[in-house]
Amino acid sequence: MSHTEQQELLEHLNSSQSFAERLKACSSYPLHAQAVETLQMNITRRCNLCCRHCHVAASPDRSEEMSREDMEACIRAAAHPEIKTLDITGGAPEMHSRLAWFINEAAGMQKRLLVRSNAAILLEKQYAHFLDIYADAGVEVVVSLPNLHRDRTDRMRGPEVFGKIVKALGKLNARGYGMPGTGLVLDLVHNPVGAFLPGSQTALEEDYRTRLGADYGIAFNRLYCLTNCPVGRYLDFLKRSGNLGQYIGMLKEAFNSDAVGSVMCRTTLSVGFDGRLFDCDFNQILDLTLSSEAPVHIRDFDYDKIARREIVVRGHCYSCTAGAGSSCQGSLET
Amino acid sequence: MSQQYYETKDLQDFSNIGEFAPEQGKKFFDYYISSTSGGKLSEREKALIALAVATVRHCPYCIDAYTNKCLSLGLGNDEMMEAIHVGAAMVAGDTLAHATQMRKIVKQKEM
Ligand code: SF4
Ligand code: SF4
Repeated sequence: MSHTEQQELLEHLNSSQSFAERLKACSSYPLHAQAVETLQMNITRRCNLCCRHCHVAASPDRSEEMSREDMEACIRAAAHPEIKTLDITGGAPEMHSRLAWFINEAAGMQKRLLVRSNAAILLEKQYAHFLDIYADAGVEVVVSLPNLHRDRTDRMRGPEVFGKIVKALGKLNARGYGMPGTGLVLDLVHNPVGAFLPGSQTALEEDYRTRLGADYGIAFNRLYCLTNCPVGRYLDFLKRSGNLGQYIGMLKEAFNSDAVGSVMCRTTLSVGFDGRLFDCDFNQILDLTLSSEAPVHIRDFDYDKIARREIVVRGHCYSCTAGAGSSCQGSLET
Repeated sequence: MSQQYYETKDLQDFSNIGEFAPEQGKKFFDYYISSTSGGKLSEREKALIALAVATVRHCPYCIDAYTNKCLSLGLGNDEMMEAIHVGAAMVAGDTLAHATQMRKIVKQKEM
């Protein structure tokens, strides 16, 4: 579906009570950003996998990647003292031709630097050197492992991917990732393999820790639970499987006004592969650029204009406020 | 008036069952929430018990709610099915256990 079709579909489904109306009812509209603490960079749409839920619709056939000039503009922007974290995502960031260079540049900035990796790629000969690059630069690694059941993860991410992820996690552990006292952080991400919401992060983390430890000898730091946002391939899945109406109903039903203040766009700025700026990467997929008072491109970054901007909200935002809330950092602490 | 007794969307009405008797409704929900939340038993164990009870009691709302909850908590399809077999075995067992009454009466009455 094109971004216009996705927007229209979501608007239609949310016609009974839009997200903006819901925010008004709890005196939270318009929603404004508080700061920019995290600069999230979607540096490429290329990926070695082609997951069925991928909201950015990444695949081996995509070729888009961020230019060196825009990466440099990100580094200049991230030098602002309020920006504490550089969060690199994709696609598979490793497939960007300049990731190693970028890590080297960013590592000297005294910022928290994290890469979202599908881990399976770290087993490929061409990309295995990133295991050492990450460890040497102290990069935090965030790996998506949707489910502990092999068949479920493989249904979502592709045949034999579960086994590859586990093997790559073992290699990260061997370099000290997720091990006490090393300072090398390895976090995992859980998200539902289907049309339902994630359960309690505490219960799931305990289960992941016990089973990954007992069955595979794997250790990690934290587990983040993400609610699937109805955009991209996940929206296609919901529509095709006849779950769309019910899923949107579930998100709305689970609306939690306490989660509104902590949605990630309030402290994060998302940069697309083309350098354009968005409130989050879901808005990126729907082509909802920043509100009119803020610059539209990373080369025109202006902290003060961006830090207090009005957030562009639509129906898909219900996925950030369902239950305990959801963001790239998992359930929200409110 | 709707055409069917059971409708999927009726599940969303569950939170309103305190209507007309709010005091008892509140007491029920306090009890319900504390009983089904994690305690000495984990949330996962309780979700499996609830699923088994829901299927034994043939409650379509609870089957829907607790299948979703089990999925949300990452429980396997095999674990859910095992829990349902516990329910099924208990139903079969307590049915057969009641055959004792029949057997006692038969033995009492027959010449
Ligand atoms: S979800 Fe992640 S690993 Fe899967 S296709 Fe998308 S970017 Fe690649
Ligand atoms: S979908 Fe994006 S814009 Fe909407 S609430 Fe979530 S983070 Fe904010």
